[in-house]
Amino acid sequence: MADTAVHDAVDEHDDHGHGDVHHTSTGLSNNKLAMWLFLGSECLLFGGLISTYMLYRGRHSANGGPDQFWDIPFTSASSFVLLMSSLTMVLAVTAAKRKDDRNTNLWLTVTAILGSLFVAGQVYEFTTFYREGLGYTTSLFSSSFYTLTGFHGVHVSVGVIMLLATVGMILKNRIPGDKAEVVELVGLYWHFVDIVWILIFTLVYLIPA
Amino acid sequence: MSTDTAHATDHDDVHDDEDHWNDEGHWTDLNYIKLALALAVITAIEVAISYMVDDLGPFFLPLLLGLMLIKFFSVVLFFMHLKFDNRLFSLMFYLGLGLAVAVYTAALFTFKFFSP
Repeated sequence: MADTAVHDAVDEHDDHGHGDVHHTSTGLSNNKLAMWLFLGSECLLFGGLISTYMLYRGRHSANGGPDQFWDIPFTSASSFVLLMSSLTMVLAVTAAKRKDDRNTNLWLTVTAILGSLFVAGQVYEFTTFYREGLGYTTSLFSSSFYTLTGFHGVHVSVGVIMLLATVGMILKNRIPGDKAEVVELVGLYWHFVDIVWILIFTLVYLIPA
Repeated sequence: MSTDTAHATDHDDVHDDEDHWNDEGHWTDLNYIKLALALAVITAIEVAISYMVDDLGPFFLPLLLGLMLIKFFSVVLFFMHLKFDNRLFSLMFYLGLGLAVAVYTAALFTFKFFSP
């Protein structure tokens, strides 16, 4: 019976066109399964941070609210940059599946550059807000805002490090096993960072308090 | 035999249009580029809507949230390949997502966040 279940899982995997059948109890890649489980748990982390911000977004002084600080055109440009980095990431994944190392490295590098640009934009935004009087402990609103967007920024920074490390490992041919799967795992993390920003951009910046 | 034929037909249906699908049953690069452009346009629409709070009245919030969800699930289903991958991966992710939505919606209700 267990054999049948495994066989079914392998068959299903093949039905979706994946030639890489894994010799695991599920017939699937354990690494990929673990990555999806990790991303599912990350939903809980960011869910908590977003909920906390939504609760405290109105807790500020008369002149210290979101409307006084937000620069929507600038944040929109940052969002566009991160959205386009998801495109370059998926292009890196498809190149890796074609075993095209040159284009894989090219698109991974472009993704890392776009990610760095986003982080730079966030640092600029934080610096501007701070100079205008919005410190971390100014109000409950500012604390929850900096915590939420700061956590996201750290995730993007970690993603950039993962991207550059992957490029370095591909160049030195130091990736054991399936290279395409490693790029895909980094890609899953990167896209997750993007979908979290999709939520933050609308809930934090576009919807007035 | 008939099962094999049906299986082969399904498989052919997935792969018959080479402009849209590659050898692994995923989208081609062109499709991803088209989706990214569509997402960029949706983002532009979102930004435009954010300046029309008074004009849109009660439609403002549902419109913005709807567009946000379209973007969210487009990335999850297509860029993250969840639509094409094994359902166990979907289960892992949607369990976490569903749990987060349920827990934090309950928490926000507790704090009377949704009360007028």
